[in-house]
Amino acid sequence: MSIDKLKERFGADVLGSEDARGEETIVVGRDRAPEILKALRDEPGFEFNMLSDLTAVDWPDRKPRFDVVYHLNSLTLRHRLRVKVQIEGGEAWVTSAAGIWKAADWLERECYDMFGIRFHGHPDLRRILLYDSFEGHPLRKDYPYQRRQPVVPETDPVVNPLRPSR
Amino acid sequence: MALPARWQQKIAASDPADEIMEIQMGPSHPAAHGTIKFNLKLDGERIVDCDVEVGYLHRGFEKMCEQGTWTQCFPYTDRLNYASPCINNVGFALAVEKLLGIELPERCKYVRAIMSEVSRITDHLTCLGMAASEVGATTVAFYTLEARELLYDLVEAVTGARLTVTWCRVGGVTHDLPADFNDRIQAAFRNLDAVLSDCDKLLSRNRVFVDRMSGIGIMSREDAISYGLTGPLLRATGVAYDVRKANPYLVYDRFDFEVPTGEKGDNYDRFNVRFQEMYQSQRIIEQAMASIPDGPVSITDPHVMLPPKHKVYNSIEGLMNHFKLIMEGIKVPPGEVYSAVEGGNGELGFYVVSDGSGRPYRVRVRPPCFLGMGALNKMLIGRMIPDIITTFGMVNMIGGECDR
Repeated sequence: MSIDKLKERFGADVLGSEDARGEETIVVGRDRAPEILKALRDEPGFEFNMLSDLTAVDWPDRKPRFDVVYHLNSLTLRHRLRVKVQIEGGEAWVTSAAGIWKAADWLERECYDMFGIRFHGHPDLRRILLYDSFEGHPLRKDYPYQRRQPVVPETDPVVNPLRPSR
Repeated sequence: MALPARWQQKIAASDPADEIMEIQMGPSHPAAHGTIKFNLKLDGERIVDCDVEVGYLHRGFEKMCEQGTWTQCFPYTDRLNYASPCINNVGFALAVEKLLGIELPERCKYVRAIMSEVSRITDHLTCLGMAASEVGATTVAFYTLEARELLYDLVEAVTGARLTVTWCRVGGVTHDLPADFNDRIQAAFRNLDAVLSDCDKLLSRNRVFVDRMSGIGIMSREDAISYGLTGPLLRATGVAYDVRKANPYLVYDRFDFEVPTGEKGDNYDRFNVRFQEMYQSQRIIEQAMASIPDGPVSITDPHVMLPPKHKVYNSIEGLMNHFKLIMEGIKVPPGEVYSAVEGGNGELGFYVVSDGSGRPYRVRVRPPCFLGMGALNKMLIGRMIPDIITTFGMVNMIGGECDR
């Protein structure tokens, strides 16, 4: 995947790019990200039909604070691309990609769980690896790794109704 | 004794025929080899909705990796997919080496590929044995465990441990293959072939087994790709995507092997793909053993590799080198890398970010079976409760990897 081709197609929407160690990265704006991701999936020449991974990186001293990182993979053309969306810590949200790749459903839930980044338009955004009453988002750099969580009060499973379903 | 009035009303108002029952299956269910909960909505025995709850084995792998040095991550990676720990070691090492720009010695690449394939066979044996025992074929489980034991002996001969191997280092491996490894592997494969042949006879055309597996848990090709499935789950739908072929790492481009695929994308195809892959792994190992060159298994760069012990104990330079690497860690240049290997369950990716200090800034694992579990809901809706067991068995969730 060549960066020039991406710049030619998306023009000024590509805010930054890097080509290092044989891996291409583009940075796109939060508002334009859904359209760009959809185009990357659908348009011939890109055909990124698989979302390999979605995660975030926290840079607390930087503005904007979070990188949301999409790793795209094209099984037909056998190329990969990393797409980054940079967002502020205060209102950490991006638009969900669950409508583009179904893999984004669980990956975004995990990213929300670990970083507290909200994915607008996600069908069912709730914690996935941790439990509902967990306080904080552990992969943020300001979450001390030795922090203890309050004990969850024991409930009687018979009296307690089943967890409300979706 | 008459029932209380509110119960009588409730019974009169409900029609059992159209009642949707909610039931929780797990988190500790004897037929599910893993700590996992299914929140089911059932119409009779048919699954109307299935909410898969994972995370019971979450240990904060990614957070813990940020606390130590790069080398200290290796023991954590053993515990990701504990059915094939060598592959996890190799995957993480390759990611860090890509960031450092290290070119590995030839022999190291071969040794890593050989141990990855041995681990792949143990992974598949675990998956198939457990899946078979869950549909009642306990004999097969014991056969595969026996075969796995032979391979664990090989792993132990090389790494010194059966499961928690911590065998790779950035820039190499801790131990070379023992001198008699070729003989050991030949002996192990002779027994393995006998076991695989037995399992094939016991399962592949067994009426009960085929009925439980065939046509169950079907995933279409498009859905499988969209859900990010890789490994046997994707290949069972007919997509011949294997990281070893698509983005060859180590020396996989030098070996002649096939990527087995299925057609329907059901559990039986997944079983077949895994079964055939074990033969392909054997082929790779045999070719690698025939062409493995002599030489070192680690680089000697003092910025990355610990000095030999006689230098540490007998010279101040060696001691300082050792101390700096242990206390400060390997200085990995700032940057980021995504590096994928083919794990037992699919594409095992490591996305590592360095800020130039001796510690990882971020280590992210792309766990193949996490995405498989994400698609389980799709595979199960409309099916029956017993289909959960077989489908879950073939997804082969390994808690260590899925929940990290």
